[in-house]
Parts: sequence; C-alpha cells; structure tokens
Amino acid sequence: MQYKRISAPFDKAELAGLSAGDRVLLNGIIYTARDAGHKRMYDAINSGGALPISLEGQGIYYVGACFDLSGKPISAGPTTAMRMDKYAPTLYDNGIGASIGKGDRSKEVYDAIVRNGAVYLCAIGGAGAVYAHAIKRSSLVAFEELGTEAMYKFEVQDFPLIVAIDSKGNSVF
Amino acid sequence: MREITFGQIADEVAKLTKACSSLTPSCKRAMGCALERERNANAVFALEMLAENARVAEANGLPVCQDTGMSVVFVKLGQDVHITGGLLTDAVDEGVRRGYRDNGYRASVLDPVTRINTRDNTPAVTHVTLVEGDKMELTFLPKGFGSENMSRLYMLTPSAGMEGVKSCILEAVRLAGSNPCPPMVIGVGIGGTAEKAMLLAKEQLLREVGAPSEDSTLAELEREMLSKINALGIGAQGFGGDTTAIGVHIAKYPTHISALPVAINVQCNAVRLAHTVI
Repeated sequence: MQYKRISAPFDKAELAGLSAGDRVLLNGIIYTARDAGHKRMYDAINSGGALPISLEGQGIYYVGACFDLSGKPISAGPTTAMRMDKYAPTLYDNGIGASIGKGDRSKEVYDAIVRNGAVYLCAIGGAGAVYAHAIKRSSLVAFEELGTEAMYKFEVQDFPLIVAIDSKGNSVF
Repeated sequence: MREITFGQIADEVAKLTKACSSLTPSCKRAMGCALERERNANAVFALEMLAENARVAEANGLPVCQDTGMSVVFVKLGQDVHITGGLLTDAVDEGVRRGYRDNGYRASVLDPVTRINTRDNTPAVTHVTLVEGDKMELTFLPKGFGSENMSRLYMLTPSAGMEGVKSCILEAVRLAGSNPCPPMVIGVGIGGTAEKAMLLAKEQLLREVGAPSEDSTLAELEREMLSKINALGIGAQGFGGDTTAIGVHIAKYPTHISALPVAINVQCNAVRLAHTVI
C-alpha cells in the first residue's frame, strides 16, 4: 500500500481527506505529552491558565522518549493512548488536529474527533528505534520538572503512521 | 562460604540492563512466524515495522522500545554465598542506576502518591530465592507498563473449576485489547495465594517464547488457550488479524481448599531479558 504524505501542524481540510487504514508519512513539527503533561494542560485549560503552546492544528505525540547523553532521541515509540482519554476531548475541542499514540480510544474521544474534524494516528508500539531515526531535531518546550514526561518539540521526517480514527469516526479497530 | 561483593553485583546488573537494546532470540523467531502467517494488511504493516525496528535497534545499539520498563530482577542466591560491602537490593539498584544512565534508557519510576520521578529508574523490584550452592544467578526483565497495566488477578472459588480458569484468561486478554502492544505473551499463575499467583505469572514471562510447560496437562492448556486467544482477532497492535499472542505460559502451585487464584501477567511484543551467573 502507498503512503500518503502529510505535514504538521495540520490543516483540517487535508485531514478530511484521510481514511482509516491509510498509511501516512508525517513531516513537520509535533509536540510530546504523556499522562502528567496532559494533566497540566487540562488543568490549565479548565482554570483559564496559560498553555505552553498554541494548540491550533497541532499534533500531540504520546511519548516519553529515551535520549542519549548528548540529548538526542534514541527510542521514541508511542505509549498507550487510552490513558489520555480523560484529557483528549478537551485538547481536541481546543484545536489540536491529531493525537498520535497506540491502541483504541474511548467513545468520548471518537466523538471529539468527529466534532472537530480531527484524526487519531497510530504509531507502532514497540518500534521505538525506527521512530527515533525519523526525528531530525528535538528541543525541550515545557514541564522540564516532569523528567521524561516533559513536553518536547520534535521535527520529524517521513514519520510512518497509520490513520486509526478518521475525521468521520471510522476506525481500524 | 564464597564472598560476592556489592561492586560485583552492581557491575553485573549494569551489564544486564543492555537487554533493553535487543529482543530475545525466541521472541524474534515467534514474531517472524507471526509475520509469515499474517493475512490482515494492517497487521502486516505493524509486524513488518516491528521486524525493521528490531534490526535498527540491534545494529545501532538503541533501545528497542522507549519504555525500558521498571527493572524486575530475579536473584537465585546460593545459600553458601556471603555478600559483602552492602545490601543485595542496594547493589541491584546501583547497577540499574548506572546501566540506565549510561545507556540513555528512560527513567520511568516515580513515587505513586506524589508522582515525583526518582530520575534514575530505581528502585528495581528484586525477587530473591535461596537455592543450594555458592553462586548467584541474576535475571533482568525490563517490564514495560502498557502491558503490565493489563495484568489481572482473579480469586475464583473452587466451584469455578478449570472452565472458570479458562474464562478468566480469555477475559483478561479481551479486556487488554489493543493496549498492551500485541502480539503479547501471556503469563499465567494458577494457585498459591494472591501474591504467589501473581509472581508465578510473572516468572512465566522468563521462559522462551512459546516453549511448552514440562507438565503435559498445562502444556495442553497452553495450546488450547493460545488457539482461543488468537481466535479473538485482536491482532498485532489491535489492528485485527491472526496473531494476538505469540505464547501462553502457564504454571501452577498448590493452593488452599477454599481457593482457585488465577493471575495473568501480560508481556508486550518486545520481550527483553538477560541472565548471568556470578
């Protein structure tokens, strides 16, 4: 099957053209957040606090990477998306174009994806080395005190993913 | 009496942590077989990427998965060994601390109440068994938590019987679904007390993937459960398909007349293990 090339930050018109099961190669900028980072953003949104980035059109990658001693990512596959299901609808409603993780999502997340014309992309869990190779640059953005759960900005090149839930709510699961 | 020093133990554990950068041979074989027989296109995509990942990780000495786990260390300690220079568990932690730092493995361990990360992946979970002799056997299992979170304990009562045991195993896998990075290895402990059953289940993850139990009844149960689990159709990454599990490993231990504990410990597709003897 052919890969489609897509770029991040996302354009929702482009996301509307993706169907569940499509293989995509992602190029551009994405931001990382796991459990603790999501809680911080969720609490900030609900209390009117400041977010570290503008969420509009962004891709949020559920990952806590391994870095070598020079700070280069050396393994960076996805973590289980279900743990972010409590927070994800709020992030979709505040503009993100895609979340990137592994595993199926709750009904609330499906609804938020359809409501916002967004998508959920799956990376392959256990393929950390392949994904690290596709990260060309990495920098710390926020929540440094969370250690491995801090928010990083990744510049990715031909990052291989599968469209797991499309903007109409169709899914590979 | 033979002396083994704190430093020797820490050095050996630090070396064992390198297990995070390769899959075990039996895991690679089982994943290769899964790819050969897979008919679902999305699952093939996942299995091909995992095969490519194993090659990239090994060729470059990179962690197979960014979840380099909580370190579970099994120690078989000869009772004629005298450990000098400090506590065994501290020596294991020192090895984990060094190994994770030097190899860039992720520090994933934190206080469960404050959620403050210890920053060096310690403490490990160390299980010690006393055995005969004057040697120390160390087995290192970096346990990822996408799969660990899907583990379950059922305290059945005797009337549930073996049909109840089978239902529990199937239910645990069905509820795990796409979350634990299938294809998975399912460790099962039947019997004992609550914690004995859980530990027995975890110990089954140390077996070669797919190697049958030496007990013929359990080996037959393993075959039956593997076939039923694969018929669930969860498939690689939950994308559907032919292989949901690459191994079901079952062990038993005597239990109380009132009880039938069944513990299920789930292992993801990246089986990483290392073993040494001092």
